[in-house]
Amino acid sequence: MSTATTSAPATATDPVTTPSTRGLVEITKVRKSFGATEVLKGVSLTVEPGGVAVIVGPSGSGKSTLLRTINHLEKVDGGFISIDGNLVGYEVRGNRLHELRGKEILKQRTEIGMVFQNFNLFPHLTALENVSEAPVVAQGCSKDEARRRGLELLDRVGLKGRADAYPRQLSGGQQQRVAIARALALDPKILLFDEPTSALDPELVNEVLDVIRELAKSGTTLLIVTHEMGFARDVADTVVFMDQGQIVEQGSPEHIFTNPQEPRTRSFFSKVLEPAFNI
Amino acid sequence: MATDYSSYRVVAARHPWRWVGTAVVALGVFAVAWSLATNPRWEWGVVAQWFTAQSVINGLLETLKLTAISGILGFVLGFILALMRLSASPLLVSVSWTFSWIFRSTPLLVQMLLWYNLGYLYEKISLGIPFTDVRFFEVQTTTLISQFAAAVLGLTLNQAAYSAEIIRGGILSVDQGQLEAAAALGIPAWRRSTRIVLPQAMRAILPTAFNEIIGLVKGTSIVYVLAYSELFYTVQVIYNRTQQVLPLLLVATLWYVVITSVLSVFQYYIERHYSKGAVRNLPLTPLQKARKFFATHAVANTARNAR
Ligand SMILES: Nc1ncnc2c1ncn2[C@@H]1O[C@H](COP(=O)(O)OP(=O)(O)O)[C@@H](O)[C@H]1O
Ligand SMILES: [Mg+2]
Repeated sequence: MSTATTSAPATATDPVTTPSTRGLVEITKVRKSFGATEVLKGVSLTVEPGGVAVIVGPSGSGKSTLLRTINHLEKVDGGFISIDGNLVGYEVRGNRLHELRGKEILKQRTEIGMVFQNFNLFPHLTALENVSEAPVVAQGCSKDEARRRGLELLDRVGLKGRADAYPRQLSGGQQQRVAIARALALDPKILLFDEPTSALDPELVNEVLDVIRELAKSGTTLLIVTHEMGFARDVADTVVFMDQGQIVEQGSPEHIFTNPQEPRTRSFFSKVLEPAFNI
Repeated sequence: MATDYSSYRVVAARHPWRWVGTAVVALGVFAVAWSLATNPRWEWGVVAQWFTAQSVINGLLETLKLTAISGILGFVLGFILALMRLSASPLLVSVSWTFSWIFRSTPLLVQMLLWYNLGYLYEKISLGIPFTDVRFFEVQTTTLISQFAAAVLGLTLNQAAYSAEIIRGGILSVDQGQLEAAAALGIPAWRRSTRIVLPQAMRAILPTAFNEIIGLVKGTSIVYVLAYSELFYTVQVIYNRTQQVLPLLLVATLWYVVITSVLSVFQYYIERHYSKGAVRNLPLTPLQKARKFFATHAVANTARNAR
């Protein structure tokens, strides 16, 4: 690494990435319905490159759906989403939006990593195979290169020596860390976390949150849905409160946790925050 | 202070009822074996004489050929039908559904005879542009549909209809989250099916699939209606000539037992292969168990001798 970047945190291991110039997420008036129920009712949100946005809100408020629209796992019914100025799922030609086809959508997805609540690791593949599958088939990386990088990433999430273990041979926390390594393997601009610790035993939560904390310093844009309020306060640049398919309030952690303006935000936090925390 | 048990001897738990059960079963097996060996009417000499006769071996090879070809083609076609059935296209779904419906609801015997007599229904088969006189080629149906072709066609299409359902069931048993995770990683659709979903579906598919293949081995005997000389038809021809009905049926049966046994061994190892990652630790194979048994006993013996 050149001396010019010595100010970068020690965890920014990827020398190719110049932090904070890529990964701008712009969500504009996004709508999404399932049947008759409107799940997203015109959501707008901007996350700066390298920013960390934590989304909180009651269950069923549309947090997962919002994350899933960002990598086009869910098609939006209205509004648009762009990443570094490129529309997700569409291409601008003249004054028309052309829907992208399968292959192009897959290419866009390689720029966005996603970590799921229940890990969704491939159980029949080893930890290393889980991590090195996508770089080979989606990015045309050589097998040796993918393997080398896979081992490096497993090391980075604290799983050196478990490369040949199958997911079921690992603890929940270890599985989720493999899933994070898998998402990192494509060197994404943006990482989406959908309640990454909700399926974990309490004593395993921190080992996963610590890995995400490190990532927050690395210059990758993060969007995190979580119920871990202490963690949210630590790591977030912006905290977003969602309720019933809308963003009710957003701002710095300071602002949202200690001085929320909206009654709905206040009533939510009064239920989820422990009294000692809410000084 | 805790007692130190290190000088105590470990006595293994005894299972007296297990021994009683074993003795009863062993007795039963012995009785059956005794009657098979000593009853002269089984005519074991005749069985031995015909078991490896050239005509029987030829019939056996035909049976294996039919099973292999229609088994493989049937499962390949079944896989395609299953994917069609699971696709988003209403046309593909209904084509696949109709295929399974027709072939599962007509008796295999009828299908077989229909294929063989296709020449009666359609004298010539040609490839050309429909509703015009343009023909690229044209053949007599009877030259195209030999006994072998009718047999393979009948068995394959019938097998495909059943395997499609088995494969579809296997695919449905894989968690939706797997596809989603693969899609989120930008893995192409074909690769998602073959690398992520199918290997996991295999665990549900294999036991039933082997059931089907073993059924097919014996099911091929239905082609006797086409006078196709596979194993069963061959022994029928022989016993009609020699009148040694039971021993010859026994010859065929023994060969079916041999094939089924070999397939069962394959099944064991293939299932084991696909259970990688599904169980925390793979159980030992019978071979490994035997090796371990002898290894530990050898160690125990040498240890005892050393003392
Ligand atoms: N595929 C779907 N089909 C129908 N309804 C859905 C689907 N996915 C989510 N929903 C509904 O959308 C709403 C928001 O869901 P979700 O985004 O998962 O909320 P959250 O993650 O905030 O708990 C819920 O009412 C849920 O039942
Ligand atoms: Mg959710």
